[in-house]
Amino acid sequence: MLRKTRIAIAFVMLSLITFYFIDFAGLLPHKTQLLTTIQLVPALLALNIGVLIVLLLLTLLFGRVYCSVICPLGIWQDVTERIAKLFNKKKKYKFLPARNILRYGLLAIVTIAFLSGFTLLLSLLEPYSIFGRIASNIFHPAYMYGNNVLVKILGKFSSSLYIVEIAVRSIFSLVIAAVSLLIISFLGYKYGRLYCNTICPVGSLLGFISKFSLFKIQFDESKCNSCGACATKCKSSCINVKEHQIDNSRCVTCFNCLPACKKNAISFKYAPGIHSKTASAEEGFNNSRRTFLALAGTGLAAIPLAKAQNTMDTLNGKKPYKKLHPLSPPGSISAKHMQDHCTACHLCVSRCPSHVLKPSFTEYGLGGIMQPMMSFDKGFCNYDCTVCSHTCPNGAILPLTKEEKHTTQMGRVVYTMPNCLVYTDNTDCGACSEYCPTQAVTMKPYKDGLSIPSVNPDICVGCGACEYACPAQPKAINVEGNTIQLKAKPFEEEQKQDVKVDSFGF
Amino acid sequence: MDRRDFLRALALSGLATTVKPSETFDLLMQTNESTASKKGYDMVAVIGGEPEVMFRHAIKEMGGIGKFVKKGQKVTIKPNIGWDKVPELASNTNPKLVAEVVRQCIAAGAREVVVFDHSCDDWRKCYKNSGIEEAAKEAGARMVPANEESYYRTISLPHAKNLKTAKVHQAILDSDVWINIPVLKTHGGAKMTISMKNMMGIVWDRGYFHENDLQQCIADICTLSKRPVLNVVDAYRVMKSNGPRGRSTSDVVLAKGLFISQDMVAVDTAAVKFFNQITNMPVEQVAHIINASQLKVGNMNLDKMNIKRIKL
Repeated sequence: MLRKTRIAIAFVMLSLITFYFIDFAGLLPHKTQLLTTIQLVPALLALNIGVLIVLLLLTLLFGRVYCSVICPLGIWQDVTERIAKLFNKKKKYKFLPARNILRYGLLAIVTIAFLSGFTLLLSLLEPYSIFGRIASNIFHPAYMYGNNVLVKILGKFSSSLYIVEIAVRSIFSLVIAAVSLLIISFLGYKYGRLYCNTICPVGSLLGFISKFSLFKIQFDESKCNSCGACATKCKSSCINVKEHQIDNSRCVTCFNCLPACKKNAISFKYAPGIHSKTASAEEGFNNSRRTFLALAGTGLAAIPLAKAQNTMDTLNGKKPYKKLHPLSPPGSISAKHMQDHCTACHLCVSRCPSHVLKPSFTEYGLGGIMQPMMSFDKGFCNYDCTVCSHTCPNGAILPLTKEEKHTTQMGRVVYTMPNCLVYTDNTDCGACSEYCPTQAVTMKPYKDGLSIPSVNPDICVGCGACEYACPAQPKAINVEGNTIQLKAKPFEEEQKQDVKVDSFGF
Repeated sequence: MDRRDFLRALALSGLATTVKPSETFDLLMQTNESTASKKGYDMVAVIGGEPEVMFRHAIKEMGGIGKFVKKGQKVTIKPNIGWDKVPELASNTNPKLVAEVVRQCIAAGAREVVVFDHSCDDWRKCYKNSGIEEAAKEAGARMVPANEESYYRTISLPHAKNLKTAKVHQAILDSDVWINIPVLKTHGGAKMTISMKNMMGIVWDRGYFHENDLQQCIADICTLSKRPVLNVVDAYRVMKSNGPRGRSTSDVVLAKGLFISQDMVAVDTAAVKFFNQITNMPVEQVAHIINASQLKVGNMNLDKMNIKRIKL
């Protein structure tokens, strides 16, 4: 029963979260976004205290339920593990000793790297973001391709049945996503939850906490005949039948062991405190636990400090300037804020209806690889759109109202007249001004009845519509990114005219 | 039938062996229709009413929609749905007007009415927020997308100067007749956007227009053999400044006008003259109208035309 419930919840969770990532037509309600905010690392980075408390209590009560029914990458490994069983019905797991130095060491390294401003390591190893990148870079285009094939077969187009443009936004991110997908799927297929118990920083953290959980899988030694059936079903390889030990730090509470036992010798029940034998059974564990406590503890405590320091740096203008700055998404406060909070799950990239967000390469620096930036080759930022700001579960892009968005300046327009077609070809163009929502680019009288662009960067929001629309090669109009997002001045309204036109004029 | 008409028919029937039968049929049909309409008014201008009311008056004076749309035909309607803006901001054609035209086409026995535009903003937002998707669907039309290159087919424009070929939306090419419903606005690049500028929305590669003399290319696309059977200029709400996108309602004037004609050049000339009463805009400044007139797309000389003016 427990197992079936777990499978049912996990199935719904994985389906919804995957579909939320790939749902270009907006079929799912926005509320589905909640499933991404309850992920551990996003909640930590967004300092989502409510979610953190719930997850902590959940783990303290029932162990790593998170890994079984909330983490999409964990569930994905269960899917590949299940596929493996289809091919090999006799697939059996066996107990493996814990690799505590590796897992807690990695957790410590990731934490330290993150706190010193290098988010990339966390982004690369953190399960939600790994899954996000797979969904966004592989499943999303695959779903779009499927849509296009279907539409072409049906041969009928309408406003709800249409072909979509599939574009690989970043080859680098695609490769990273593909490699992660292959490795994770292979590990899941072959070794069950090995990734979760050796590499995954979330698994290690929750593993540590779950040692203190109130409900655990327990042996009843009086009933157990040491047949080992439970251990062969344990995809975490954490059941040591010989010694009647279960490593609760590695158990993801999948409950696969429960129906395997014919003697009812194994059960999920109330058992507070650390099982004494578990602790003594593992040589050197106490040491690693101390290392963990020392490293991760100081690390976690330092998060608010680091945040305060970052704010100070931003205010003091200490941020190192590069010659050309990328534009970060609207609501991301600054490139620095973005870098400190984003783990490159690419949810904003796949949700962006305007195709203006794409994963960066080294534009933000090494630590910011794969974080989203504005790119105007496929689109521009819709003036009224605030989708990304309401989508980010990490708090890297903070929510904006439509009104706030209208004055959020992501970058400033730069006009290069020598490239402009009006100047070079002496013809009318005006594509830039046509698209400009604030008329930060207007057309001013030039010569021979022509008009030429004239810019006012103070009222520019940096949406990039002008850069997108400019037909000149090289572009005559570009947007230079603001490292700290500014407030654009409101544009001056035209004289309101209440003319009554009562003749034809011809 | 004089010699010219005979030769024309001959040429067309020759063409019939190379093109799809439906297209040839259209060409012949439209030739006949334009000669037929010469007997009535060349243009009807209405001021002072609601969009749908003005259209009802105008089309009645033109001889009824049945003159342009025959029973069983596939009709395509091309409003301006370029921007993610609500109707009050006048960036797009008035949805009530679009709905009225759809209803009349269906009442005239159209087999199918299709509505589309190659939007500048995200098309799904434009279709929705312009109010046109809802209004047109309710009136019985089907909205089709124009966001993808595969919906377009290359056609040649032998009479054009700069734009010798263009990729035109299949909804236009596959229709029996099509109706152009632009909205009257200022335009940073083209000075004004009316019927002819609205033709840019049936084309895939608009960048080419800007790169190769925008004002000439607009005139060039209007040499398309498959012209709209009717141009309906929506001047109910007129964008007097910051067009074609506009910023706020202070760019908009409630002018309550509507002009219909088969002649794009004439109807655009009339619309500019109407607009000139709100903001100074001599027709001579709108170079694409001059260029189209030189390509003999239509007639700029309104004095020589039979125009019906209605004040409501």
